[in-house]
Amino acid sequence: MPTVHFTDAEGAVRDVEGNPGDSVMETAVRNGVPGIVAECGGSLSCATCHVFVREDTLDQLPEMEEMEDEMLYGTAVDREDNSRLSCQLKLCEGQDMYVSTPETQV
Amino acid sequence: MDTTTTTTAVPAETADGAVRTGLLIIGASQSGVQLAVSLRALGFDEHITLLGEEDHRPYQRPALSKEFLQGTVESESLIFRSNQYWEDHNVALVKGERIERIDKEADGSGVAHAASGAEFRFRRLALTVGARARRLQVPGADLAGVVYLRNADDALALKAQLGGVQDAVVIGGGFIGLEAASSLHKMGKNVTVLEYGPRLIGRAVGEETSEYFLTAHRGRGLDIRLNARIQELVPADGGGRVAGVGLEGGTVVPAQLVLVGIGVVPNTELGEQLGLEVDNGIVVDRHALASDGTTVAVGDVANMPNPLPGSPEGERIRLESVNNAIEHAKVAAYSLMGRREDYAGIPWFWSNQADLKLQIAGLTLGYDQTVVRRDEERGKFSVLYYRGGQIIAADCVNAPLDFMAVKNALAKGQNIPAEAAADPAVVLKTIATDG
Ligand SMILES: Cc1cc2nc3c(=O)[nH]c(=O)nc-3n(C[C@H](O)[C@H](O)[C@H](O)COP(=O)(O)OP(=O)(O)OC[C@H]3O[C@@H](n4cnc5c(N)ncnc54)[C@H](O)[C@@H]3O)c2cc1C
Ligand code: FES
Repeated sequence: MPTVHFTDAEGAVRDVEGNPGDSVMETAVRNGVPGIVAECGGSLSCATCHVFVREDTLDQLPEMEEMEDEMLYGTAVDREDNSRLSCQLKLCEGQDMYVSTPETQV
Repeated sequence: MDTTTTTTAVPAETADGAVRTGLLIIGASQSGVQLAVSLRALGFDEHITLLGEEDHRPYQRPALSKEFLQGTVESESLIFRSNQYWEDHNVALVKGERIERIDKEADGSGVAHAASGAEFRFRRLALTVGARARRLQVPGADLAGVVYLRNADDALALKAQLGGVQDAVVIGGGFIGLEAASSLHKMGKNVTVLEYGPRLIGRAVGEETSEYFLTAHRGRGLDIRLNARIQELVPADGGGRVAGVGLEGGTVVPAQLVLVGIGVVPNTELGEQLGLEVDNGIVVDRHALASDGTTVAVGDVANMPNPLPGSPEGERIRLESVNNAIEHAKVAAYSLMGRREDYAGIPWFWSNQADLKLQIAGLTLGYDQTVVRRDEERGKFSVLYYRGGQIIAADCVNAPLDFMAVKNALAKGQNIPAEAAADPAVVLKTIATDG
């Protein structure tokens, strides 16, 4: 099972196992990882599932759609080059994910 | 939403067989779940029972009319929290129990009686009982094939009937109706939307937005009839199944499925039985406390002071949205911890209909001016609402930058001057001004 490694704004790491096909957001919320709010439940409407993806894993991710790109301009903590909305990141078999959560989502 | 049994932490039983619990939350949906989660995050250390009448683990409703209906998400991904989470946080989930009567003492403690005969004792009570679909009152409304869409069982029943359906009629051109209509159309059905009023989504958006959706949906293939007067639902020959919707004047719109989305009614019965003040919902103060000063009422069932900063004193509202359920529950959690936080925030809402992503920031209550921003080429459309020159809300279709700009400006108490905003090429974020 793929594992998502969440690092919070203080640097604490939490590893959560997820199911292939689930999003990073779902994996976080279902297990109560606090740094992700995800008000809209993954329908790309809220931008409260913002994460920073570890730079060296960025190129393994699918390209952003325009909607995600625009939504990222409204996150509570300003976007960086490695910002993504975690509801758009799906887990794949054999691929661990490394993401950091921002200080706040709202 | 699956049928596997949930292992719930079993609360201690007293000699008389009643279950003892610290906080009893009645209604295990968006607001009940958030209340339990927020309380544990704040360090609430008493027992929590999260009880609901539905036979499913708590799940998110919004997808029922969208992705779940279309079959693009699994039921499992609608579940709020894993069983492990509830166990780890010492929250006892009780499914399939409907509370019918509550005996409550002056100190806020009491016993809730379920239809099954089970009893649930509590020291404090939270009512997160939400709302139910308003029923259609015309002859034939009880025919087979007439469905509603409020909960998972509704959605499952609807999906199970879709097989033989060619023509579907959606009664009600509000959010749920238009979302479901778009989903059914995408699944290849002929869909007619019958709206009683003169425009779509009339309760929640202004005229310009209604007009935009009317044109957009018609262009995408929905047959939308405004000012529709329904006389009866017509049965198929000799059967108890619906075959069409009869309108005044004699027209019958064929339908093997009729989906009714004409709004909701707040579940105030328990509040009334408890003697709480009720007026289009259970009346609460800024701290989510009901009129007895101890019971909290949260989410779709609560009639609350308008939380939008700067709204007139005494103005009240009942909101039906995920954002409200979440934020209101957070305030209620503080109240149960003995801390008084005011419910104040920028309400927001979303609705996805076909390829139209609507995001609404703020509340349009009392607006006196609108500004329309239209970018035909890129399919973007926004309406900004003003009250006395100050921006109070925006409806944004496929325009997340506008939505985010207005939401953030409202949160910071800023304005977005109407004159400058009228140019669709202007980036709203850059013209937000303080005070
Ligand atoms: C199809 C659909 C689509 C939606 N789409 C969106 C959207 O896109 N965006 C958005 O912001 N909002 C949307 N909403 C609205 C949103 O889901 C609601 O605002 C939210 O669910 C309200 O949460 P609540 O917990 O207050 O009430 P509810 O979700 O109504 O939950 C109340 C619960 O209490 C239970 N209950 C009631 N009485 C009793 C009793 N006596 N004993 C035991 N249990 C009881 C009910 O069974 C229910 O499970 C949608 C709603 C629906 C139905
Ligand atoms: S969960 Fe709302 S945008 Fe990702």
